[in-house]
Amino acid sequence: MTKILEIGVGIGELQDIDLEVFKFALAQLGPIHLKDAEFKFKIVKAKLKCRVCGHEWSPRRDELDESVREVIHFIPEVAHAYLRCPRCGSIDFDIIEGRGVWLEYVRGKR
Amino acid sequence: MSDELKDVRLSVIDERIKNVKNVIAVSSGKGGVGKSLVASALSLSLARRGYRVGLFDLDLTSPSTHIILDVGESRPIEDKGIIPPKIHGISYMSITYYSGDRPTPLRGLDFSNALIELMAITRWGDLDFLILDMPPGISDATLDIIRLIKRSKFLIVTTPSKLALETVKKLIKLLSNLHVKIIGIVENMKIRESDFVKLNANKLGIKYLGWIDFDEDLEDALGDVEKFSKTEFFKRVEEIAGELLRTLAFGA
Repeated sequence: MTKILEIGVGIGELQDIDLEVFKFALAQLGPIHLKDAEFKFKIVKAKLKCRVCGHEWSPRRDELDESVREVIHFIPEVAHAYLRCPRCGSIDFDIIEGRGVWLEYVRGKR
Repeated sequence: MSDELKDVRLSVIDERIKNVKNVIAVSSGKGGVGKSLVASALSLSLARRGYRVGLFDLDLTSPSTHIILDVGESRPIEDKGIIPPKIHGISYMSITYYSGDRPTPLRGLDFSNALIELMAITRWGDLDFLILDMPPGISDATLDIIRLIKRSKFLIVTTPSKLALETVKKLIKLLSNLHVKIIGIVENMKIRESDFVKLNANKLGIKYLGWIDFDEDLEDALGDVEKFSKTEFFKRVEEIAGELLRTLAFGA
């Protein structure tokens, strides 16, 4: 690839990332081969699945205290300290989707 | 695209510890042998000798160094990642800054993710030693540290109990098979004269760094660093720290 035109970045909702700050940080990367690249973001909704009763749910952002959102932003797995299955109350759940930041794709010219 | 390429955190970990000269994982196959106490005392002891030291509590589900050192109201600072606060001269990091005293049950993948996340966001800066307080066993944390910080050196803690040593042997065999450097073994809670651990260490080709007698006064010193550093336990760890420095060719 001689020129990178577009970079797709996936962002889990649990990361609670401020996109403007993230865009600014990416712009600071500055390597010459990225100067024409456009970043496209895909926010992936959080999806949790209870291991006890099998219930799947998405925690609502506005239901969480700001301080809880902040600690989950740093380490999404601490959700296990603050969230429970809304159906059976268990804290034994899997984070199926909505954590992490990842490279989705890179598009460019050969 | 490989998972390694997709997970941007993995490439950051090396960067976060690039100015750390030595990464020492205080580990044991067995729980309750005193890893956290040894890791805390070793960190304090090295810091008091003038070395730049970080202590990272990786026992994510049962952390305890924050109690030993009484980290109080300290908090990490957010600045292009997380800068660990200084506690008694040690750069300190623990999941408790995020989970508080709530139970935080983590299954394998969640554990790995939390560990990677913490390692990827924490900016340790310039350190002579980063001490890792490892959880017991040879599962996720041990495998992740071997995988993610390839230059880690392991310091093994055991008690004189057959039950502890039997499990510790498995850890030593695992590390040896994976060509991971083992600095040596520390015998904690020694209650009577016996060469049991020393002989086994010799048999396994592991350096015996020293022993720590069972200290009845230790419990009362937890959470009070001045008191802690006056215990017989601490004095023995100071001697072991000297032995460790000689082993790592730091000079006494």
